[in-house]
Amino acid sequence: MQIYRSHVLICNDSTCAQLDSGKIMEEFGAQLKKNKLENEVKVLTAGCPGMCEQGPVVVVYPEGTVYTMVKPENVKEIVEEHLLKRKIVKRLLHKDMMEEGDTPAKALDDTKYFKKQLRIALRNCGIINPEDINEYIEHDGYKALEKVLTGMTPLEVIDTVKKSGLRGRGGGGFPTGLKWEFAYKSQDDEKYVCCNADEGDPGAFMDRSILEGDPHSIIEAMTIAGYAIGSKQGFIYVRAEYPIAVKRLDIAIQQAKEHGFLGENVLNTGFSFDIELRLGAGAFVCGEETALMTSIEGKRGEPRPRPPFPAVKGLWQKPTLLNNVETYANIPVIILKGPEWFASIGTEKSKGTKVFAIGGKINNTGLIEIPMGTTLREVIFDIGGGIPNGKKFKAAQTGGPSGGCIPASHMDTPIEYDTLVQLGSMMGSGGLIVMDEDTCMVDIAKFFLEFTVDESCGKCPPCRIGTKRMLEILEKITSGKGTEEDIEKLEILANNIKLSALCGLGQTAPNPVLSTLRYFRDEYEAHVKEKKCPAGVCKSMIHYVINEALCKSCGICARNCPVNCISGQRGEPYVIAQEKCIKCGTCMVKCPFKAIFKNV
Amino acid sequence: MKMVNIKIDGKELQVPENYTILEAARQANISIPTLCYLKGINEIGACRMCIVEVKGSRSFQAACVYPVSEGLEVRTQSPAIREARKVTLELILSNHDRSCLTCVRSRTCELQKLAEELNIKDIRFNGEMQRKPMDDFSPSIVRDPNKCILCRRCVSMCKNIQKVAAIDTVERGFDTIVSPIYNLSLNEVPCVTCGQCINVCPVGALREKDSTEIVWDALANKDLHLVVQTAPAVRVALGEEFGMPIGTRVTGKMVAALKQLGFAKVFDTDTAADLTILEEGTELINRIKEGGKLPLITSCSPGWIKFCEHFYPEFLDNLSTCKSPHEMFGALLKSYYAEKMGIDPAKMFVVSVMPCTAKKFERQRPELASTGYPDVDAVLTTRELARMIREAGIDFKSLPDETFDDPMGEATGAGVIFGATGGVMEAALRTVADILTGKSNEDIEYTEVRGIEGIKEAKIKIGDLELKAAVAHGLGNARKLLDRIKSGKADYHFVEIMACPGGCVNGGGQPIQISEVRSVVDISKERAKAIYEEDRDMPIRKSHENPQVQKLYKEYLGEPGSHKAHELLHTHYAPRESYPDIP
Amino acid sequence: MKPIEKMEKTREGAIGQTTGGKQDVRMRIAVGMATCGIAAGAKQVMDAFNEELKRRNINDVKTVLVGCRGACRLEPLVEITGENGEMVTYVNMTPEKVARVVAEHVVNGRICIDYTVGTEVE
Ligand SMILES: Cc1cc2nc3c(=O)[nH]c(=O)nc-3n(C[C@H](O)[C@H](O)[C@H](O)COP(=O)(O)O)c2cc1C
Ligand code: SF4
Ligand code: SF4
Ligand code: SF4
Repeated sequence: MQIYRSHVLICNDSTCAQLDSGKIMEEFGAQLKKNKLENEVKVLTAGCPGMCEQGPVVVVYPEGTVYTMVKPENVKEIVEEHLLKRKIVKRLLHKDMMEEGDTPAKALDDTKYFKKQLRIALRNCGIINPEDINEYIEHDGYKALEKVLTGMTPLEVIDTVKKSGLRGRGGGGFPTGLKWEFAYKSQDDEKYVCCNADEGDPGAFMDRSILEGDPHSIIEAMTIAGYAIGSKQGFIYVRAEYPIAVKRLDIAIQQAKEHGFLGENVLNTGFSFDIELRLGAGAFVCGEETALMTSIEGKRGEPRPRPPFPAVKGLWQKPTLLNNVETYANIPVIILKGPEWFASIGTEKSKGTKVFAIGGKINNTGLIEIPMGTTLREVIFDIGGGIPNGKKFKAAQTGGPSGGCIPASHMDTPIEYDTLVQLGSMMGSGGLIVMDEDTCMVDIAKFFLEFTVDESCGKCPPCRIGTKRMLEILEKITSGKGTEEDIEKLEILANNIKLSALCGLGQTAPNPVLSTLRYFRDEYEAHVKEKKCPAGVCKSMIHYVINEALCKSCGICARNCPVNCISGQRGEPYVIAQEKCIKCGTCMVKCPFKAIFKNV
Repeated sequence: MKMVNIKIDGKELQVPENYTILEAARQANISIPTLCYLKGINEIGACRMCIVEVKGSRSFQAACVYPVSEGLEVRTQSPAIREARKVTLELILSNHDRSCLTCVRSRTCELQKLAEELNIKDIRFNGEMQRKPMDDFSPSIVRDPNKCILCRRCVSMCKNIQKVAAIDTVERGFDTIVSPIYNLSLNEVPCVTCGQCINVCPVGALREKDSTEIVWDALANKDLHLVVQTAPAVRVALGEEFGMPIGTRVTGKMVAALKQLGFAKVFDTDTAADLTILEEGTELINRIKEGGKLPLITSCSPGWIKFCEHFYPEFLDNLSTCKSPHEMFGALLKSYYAEKMGIDPAKMFVVSVMPCTAKKFERQRPELASTGYPDVDAVLTTRELARMIREAGIDFKSLPDETFDDPMGEATGAGVIFGATGGVMEAALRTVADILTGKSNEDIEYTEVRGIEGIKEAKIKIGDLELKAAVAHGLGNARKLLDRIKSGKADYHFVEIMACPGGCVNGGGQPIQISEVRSVVDISKERAKAIYEEDRDMPIRKSHENPQVQKLYKEYLGEPGSHKAHELLHTHYAPRESYPDIP
Repeated sequence: MKPIEKMEKTREGAIGQTTGGKQDVRMRIAVGMATCGIAAGAKQVMDAFNEELKRRNINDVKTVLVGCRGACRLEPLVEITGENGEMVTYVNMTPEKVARVVAEHVVNGRICIDYTVGTEVE
């Protein structure tokens, strides 16, 4: 049996065949012969590798190199370069393996998904072994701590953080340096440093990612914070649903202690600092700073009014500095590279980068870190790869249940704290959900409100009863029973809850409703006035109908209907009994003749 | 205290720097509505009724907890503020069982008052209402969650002041409810039935278990001989129910009203208080002399007894074996009095009018039926008595004064002061001092054990003995004191403990004063003042000098601590289950 | 030794750990093992690498667990760094794919391009 050193596979699927795969085959034969490779390389036709839109596709084995959109005139080059000189013809590689410099994207860093990102907080995530302190140290770990402890006064540290322009990444965007300064100035015998790793925002997981991928960066930053404000004890409040994060933090704390970065007499400088983990039971409201602290104290996690602020009276009534995981993750880099460097990234009022968890109707879901000021368009189309299935972008939701929806018309707004607030949304902890044309905005508002109603702690009536009433109204509207007065009531409630609720949860809970009312009021009105859901989502307002002309009376729909509400007989078009229909849409999917339509 | 300059509604004010906006505003006669706020007990900013606009703040702030600071600028009124308060109140009302007409708190309901003040004409935001079963299994307290507005005053009272923590907020969001854990009944958890929660509840969600029906029925029963006794604290508070100022003494009117209601005899529990002093005083002297268990701790507060059984069973042997005065009285009524009057005790019906809900629980203890009949057949609180008086159409304020019936209507000042914290201690000291020194001492006002301080200590020289005494009122203070004794940090001969803060004058069955009043008046103090006035007006002020008590011993009991006395007047208590320690 | 000195030493000693450039480690295989990776089966992929390396008696290649790179939809994600520091990202890895990656990439230095990120990311 003849042994070939290489195989060339050419797709002969119908699409590719239409695109000259036959000619390509012939050309390979000719070129191989010309280069006397016919005994070393075998050309085969193969099934479709599933990249038809980029056909014809040629794959060279054993390298597994995929050439796409190959034209007969390219064959010469492939044979001469690749098969003869063993040099991959980068130009012809699969489109996405390419980038400007003609390098194939073998590595994640080379992909478009990564190109517009700038990784500061996530710098080590996925790069180093989080369970091995040596790898962190090799990546400049604990250098910032060393620098601080051996050469900076607490005020210099605070000044550095202030100058960097870093703002809290946990949602509020409060200037971090200022917070450190308040905590520093509060005089007391005990002070605490807390890390908020509760991350209750549905869909957000940046903090988890940092804790799992780079736990030492948080320990280092908290120790620096401890030195800066004059605290000896830190707490990391992490949700119990993050067992891997907890385990890695445990390991990291242990290793840091063994290496003298934590505990008594850190780095022989006389400064002592310890960190304890506290597990949260997963209530969203426990991410709110005062609730978090009551929870650490062992009581029911409920917010209390501020002032007094934690920096004055926090844990056990002592001055407490509380920052988010991502906020801390930036600190060591700021110390090492200097505040000016950090401040040079981002916009005038929002410095540095922000991590977002992008999800929803977008091709490249995942976790990204982008410089502040990047536009929504860049995030969605350049990094996110656009909307799947050629659908139209409708809105992006930032800030989770506390945030709002940003419509397509504002896609070019740079993402930063203040612009998002102006748009009626907020930065939040970094959830970013993309919605396409098939999304009903009333339904989306309802979705987020369901979450808040579930998560309200129940302490204050505007949130406890008010959000419940808002949800009831939204349920009424989406079930086709709403009136114009209901929209009015919704607005009254929303505006007043925002002003009166005790904590951030209630104060921001109306945002999804207010922002959708602001940009998509027509959809609300269509629901109440015309009893129509323009996106075709709200079940009570859609109808499935069988087009008589297209129906071939096959009866497949009737057989598949779970409630048996379709009837008919051979020779006559089938009919759906609307009063019995549960709007599951099965019939529409099953009809082989596409004779069933959804009417909104 | 440092003063700061602030501005409220344009008025420049100078206030101490530890003030809240609410305190500052009230000082300047600017009224801000409140609902969950209860001075010193519940300052949590939860209900959002006291919201105000603080310059520079995005959202409204709760005035009741917002600390003032130099340069603070506040607005308490604006269309937006009024609308926000209204919306919040309408929301509360939308989830409130609004059966005001038949509610025991109609007229004294703070929610009702607020709805009127904020001019609520319509509830715009109706929707699902929480429906939870009523809890009326406790012999003392009825809990109606459908009226609860979740102000948490009761929780703060029970958890922070009484340190019982029988109730707490459970569940979250719209499902939040104030309840014992696992939705148990109050009867199934270590609630000590003190009723302090009732006194702080702004609405009708907590109330006493009503006994008026039973008493009306008994009154209508011609076969029964109905006698009633009234505790000392009732007479200094009952007037409040009829619009009289706090601290008005209405002893004579009360007796007149009871007679009009149809009771055959109206007695004074103070007589039994004097008896208690003789029994307890003897017990104290014996324990000191014979090296018995010390400190001796008073046993007249049934809330405290239950607390001790649940949480400090190791102190049960320290308790005086004396029954509480009204139980002693009941036992004597069904024995001595019945014999004397030739009445079949089975046909007697003894009603106690008490400032206390715990006595409703105590009444049904099986231990307390030494005559073979329950010592007491029904306990009415001060509030229930007032309701009966109103129901009977009696014009209370214009009643003439009448006096208690004989026999056993005579009492001393010592018996009267039982109603205030430190009173039992003081009454006992008056008698013990005389007995131990063998002479009648003139100096009988032991002011060191009076007053509102949570724990009071005194060293009293009686002859050769330096008697170490301590007084605690409110169970949180009791906890503190007992822990101190337990850890050996303190030792005493004699300890008085009352379950209710302030003593019986502030008992869980007393007239309810709303938050607004309690912010400016210390009701315990005012009522106690009346008690001490009553004491001073008494011709006899020492228990052992009560001629009727002397006669009772001579005719029936023999001497204090006798076998007969023990049979009728003493008892023992046993440990009960409790929760683990509460910090 | 003072911790600061100790740290210097550690830092020196640590050089090359994560790039695979250390003398005794010619290649580093980093398996993304954050929640997203583990949920997608990274543990099995890691086990498969270790088994495969052991079976082939390869001792100069090190496997390590790392956190999440943010492309969670591509998990399990494996990044291989060679002596020259060049990194290759394999995505949607399975134990089945591991054998080929070891045979071709680890042993023969030929990248399995059809498993790399280029085929996945738009
Ligand atoms: C309802 C609610 C939930 C919150 N959840 C979180 C959270 O999960 N993580 C977080 O860091 N901050 C959360 N926050 C914000 C915190 O209260 C606080 O502002 C933040 O942790 C401060 O840190 P930073 O200044 O570093 O952002 C939440 C706030 C609210 C009102
Ligand atoms: S706003 Fe909601 S979560 Fe916050 S205190 Fe009020 S009820 Fe609790
Ligand atoms: S009666 Fe007393 S112990 Fe019982 S719940 Fe009320 S306050 Fe608590
Ligand atoms: S029972 Fe009364 S005092 Fe307790 S929370 Fe409810 S309304 Fe407030």
